[in-house]
Amino acid sequence: MTAITTETDVPRTVESARSAGKFLFIAAIVLICAWVLVPIYLLLVNTLSSPSEVSGFPKTGIPSFDFGSIQFFLSFAGVLKALWNSLLVAVLTMILSIGIGAPAGYALSRFEFPGKEIFRMLVIMTRAFPLPLLALPLAVFFIRTGLDDTALGLAIVHTVLAIPFAVLITFSLFSGIPIELEEAAWTLGCNRLQAFRKVVLPLVLPGIAASAVFAFTISWNEVFAAAVLTIENRTLPAFLVQSLNVSPLHLKFAGGAAMVIPALIFIFAVRKYLFAMWGIANR
Amino acid sequence: MSPKALPYLLLLPATVFLLVFFVYPFAQIAILAFSSESGPTLRHVQTMASHWKFGSALGWTVLLAAVVVPIQLAVALSMASIVTKLKSGRNTVLYIFSIPLGLSDLAAGIVWLAIFEQSGFLNSMLVGLGVVERPILFLSYQNVWVIFLAVVLAEVWRATAIVMVILVSGMGLIPKEYYEAAEVFGASPWKRFLKVTLPMLRPSLQSALILRTLAAFEVFAVVVTLGGSTLPVLMGETFQWQFALQDRNVASAYALVILGISIAATLFFLRVLRVPKGATI
Amino acid sequence: MAEIVIKNVAKSFGSFQALHSIDLTIADQEFMVLLGASGCGKTTLLRIIAGLETPTQGEVWIGGRRVDKLPPRERGIAMVFQNYAVFPHLTVFENIAFGLRMKKLPQPEIDRRVNRTAELMHIEQLLKRYSGQLSGGQRQRVAVARALAMEPDVILMDEPLSNLDALLRLEMRAELKGVLAGSKTTTIYVTHDQVEAMSLADRISVMNGGKIVQAASPVEVYRNPAARFVGSFIGNPPMNFIPATRAANGQWQVAGVTLSGPAGPDKLDFAIRPEDLTVAPGGLKATARVIEPLGAHTLVTSDVDGRLFRAVLDSDITVAPGDELSLVPKPDRIRWFDPETSNAV
Ligand SMILES: Nc1ncnc2c1ncn2[C@@H]1O[C@H](COP(=O)(O)OP(=O)(O)OP(=O)(O)O)[C@@H](O)[C@H]1O
Ligand SMILES: [Mg+2]
Repeated sequence: MTAITTETDVPRTVESARSAGKFLFIAAIVLICAWVLVPIYLLLVNTLSSPSEVSGFPKTGIPSFDFGSIQFFLSFAGVLKALWNSLLVAVLTMILSIGIGAPAGYALSRFEFPGKEIFRMLVIMTRAFPLPLLALPLAVFFIRTGLDDTALGLAIVHTVLAIPFAVLITFSLFSGIPIELEEAAWTLGCNRLQAFRKVVLPLVLPGIAASAVFAFTISWNEVFAAAVLTIENRTLPAFLVQSLNVSPLHLKFAGGAAMVIPALIFIFAVRKYLFAMWGIANR
Repeated sequence: MSPKALPYLLLLPATVFLLVFFVYPFAQIAILAFSSESGPTLRHVQTMASHWKFGSALGWTVLLAAVVVPIQLAVALSMASIVTKLKSGRNTVLYIFSIPLGLSDLAAGIVWLAIFEQSGFLNSMLVGLGVVERPILFLSYQNVWVIFLAVVLAEVWRATAIVMVILVSGMGLIPKEYYEAAEVFGASPWKRFLKVTLPMLRPSLQSALILRTLAAFEVFAVVVTLGGSTLPVLMGETFQWQFALQDRNVASAYALVILGISIAATLFFLRVLRVPKGATI
Repeated sequence: MAEIVIKNVAKSFGSFQALHSIDLTIADQEFMVLLGASGCGKTTLLRIIAGLETPTQGEVWIGGRRVDKLPPRERGIAMVFQNYAVFPHLTVFENIAFGLRMKKLPQPEIDRRVNRTAELMHIEQLLKRYSGQLSGGQRQRVAVARALAMEPDVILMDEPLSNLDALLRLEMRAELKGVLAGSKTTTIYVTHDQVEAMSLADRISVMNGGKIVQAASPVEVYRNPAARFVGSFIGNPPMNFIPATRAANGQWQVAGVTLSGPAGPDKLDFAIRPEDLTVAPGGLKATARVIEPLGAHTLVTSDVDGRLFRAVLDSDITVAPGDELSLVPKPDRIRWFDPETSNAV
């Protein structure tokens, strides 16, 4: 409505300059969206084509909806097990990082105590370190403790990757809940645990779920540590990266799709929290 | 239980976990890199440094970071500016822009492999348009620079999103009044971006740069996927020594190099983009 | 029986001392109002009584039990928070029922109490809403209802009506007074609003800078301020003060007029409330500066001996700025303060 009134007032040249600017703006958005989406689309085209089409030439860019590649991928020795392992490690990572990280986030948001800054430094320091390298010394350690080539061992390394985020994100979630709500619950007859369960938990649960999904994604996508630490019990990325030189193209693309599609779902699930999480996590 | 103990109790699991699985292993790396059966030694470091691939691995890794990170920053800044200007459809556009955030570098490598491989979509298009007669073998060992370009594209495609998300959150924290004040004083949009947005974004820029530069030093799967071992990078060499050559000590020496340049980069960005005391929002 | 005794309670936040050694006894079923400027420590004192803050020193007793080491839930209190603290994930009904459910009361009793308090606070039509769908004033009333429903021995209210419009505030004030008088509750009520304090309180505690300056009945606090601060903080317009010098024993020179006062030191401050002045010969010489008709009265701001001096006069008087007035203080309303300690003499 306002647009109409201004249009009549504004001189022609300005108006056309403005609409040109608007056109450029929209064109930029479309271009970036295409830049993001087209490569994924092309991967899916390959996945939904038969093995012979995948290595055929030239490509049309239109999927034939042949499930040959997918069938080949799923029946390839070790793939289902790798998928299962990926899932297992990611779920363990999720549980560990939230289980360990959330109490720390709560403590940081609710208490003032000596040593708080040291802990914060420890968490922030993890970001200056290339964490996947942890796999090297831990490989030895795990052999000694029997954790080598197990889902739990790998999940521990992934938890180190995910914990700084879990701590910082839950810290910001808890900080977003006024302490007075908890205090009100205390005056109304709750002890600390009850107040947490009845008041804080329901309010942070969606956010906690989002950070759990985030931890899941970190684990799901991790390649280096997974490749170093697993031999028999490979996760999907470890499996794919180790068989790169030997596997046919259609196996690679179907495997790539198997990694991409859950990631798309995860990002969709946590989209509301993405910005809140990073806004605080980088302070 | 005394209430004073509660915060420590809550921090205990995380602290123990980080000490055992983060601090201790990194100390182990340093020890492994410098130790042998007969006491401390520089042998592993020498083995690493004298290996013919070390120099190029270090060079490619640093070059990759130096090319990828600035591009990501520039693209992410434009994406973030576009998003903050949007009124309708903001959420949809944001979601699409942030999709690659959830992808691993392995997945990104495979995605771009679909485009660059010999029978891939780029060749299909070039032949279809009549630009070339026959499909080109882009990712061959003779075309290191094409592989490099493909890796740059894949990395920019994948990891710009995280920079954008950090910047958008940072922009959300800048109060509107500053822009309005700048506008009242007659600053053009470009001037407003330079004089208001960029300085106020400094904390976000800092964390985005640190995060991305370190991730660029850790680049691994995308390079292996697109170039095999044609384009050596530090993380790939570390993996080689650990696995193929079964020499943990040299692998640890490599790890120390990655650690060293990571910390150097972190300190560099902390220093260059430090926020003066009292100048926060 | 819930008498509240506060013994020598102090609180510091780091190096900042928010409360200095407070001693205060609030009788069973008394309505005590805490009055004082912003930041003087009212909320802090309330929170110490509630058990949300640990005092740096001192003891708190409620109903003959020492409670300063007990958690809030074991103190038999209910509290209305300054910023409401209405649970956002619960409906208004569930908010009010929250404490009752913790007490494991039977459902019919919960329904009865929730409905009754909701009716009292005029929020019965909001019971199904969430706090996000309420205005500030409505949220505040939910917070009050939630505390009242507990039927506690002690109810602590931190500016519970601050966000209501004038009319609703008046109405709620009367309701609250009625309910609390009918119950056996001991009440501590924090407010900035003097009229509210006067109309509700059995006793008012005036706080300043982390200390209780005076705790007495509203009339006493108004008529016989224990310190200069009380006189200037309470009453609108505030009390007038003029330095006086000793003329003879028990005779004081105030702006050129001799008045009888206490025998005492060399210097005192003369004090009088603006409404305790009349225009008559032989009074304090005042030059009128600003005339503000208020309906029944006229507020004349004038200049006595170079100091600001306010008088509330009958509105049939005609004055113009610049006029000379002679203002005679009612002898029995004159108060004297020691300028050194600023305490009443
Ligand atoms: N947690 C805290 N840390 C440090 N200082 C505090 C804390 N809580 C309160 N204070 C300080 O203690 C003083 C008293 O605060 P309090 O909240 O009791 O004031 P108040 O009388 O309730 O004020 P108002 O009328 O504005 O609510 C203030 O100066 C405040 O800044
Ligand atoms: Mg207060």
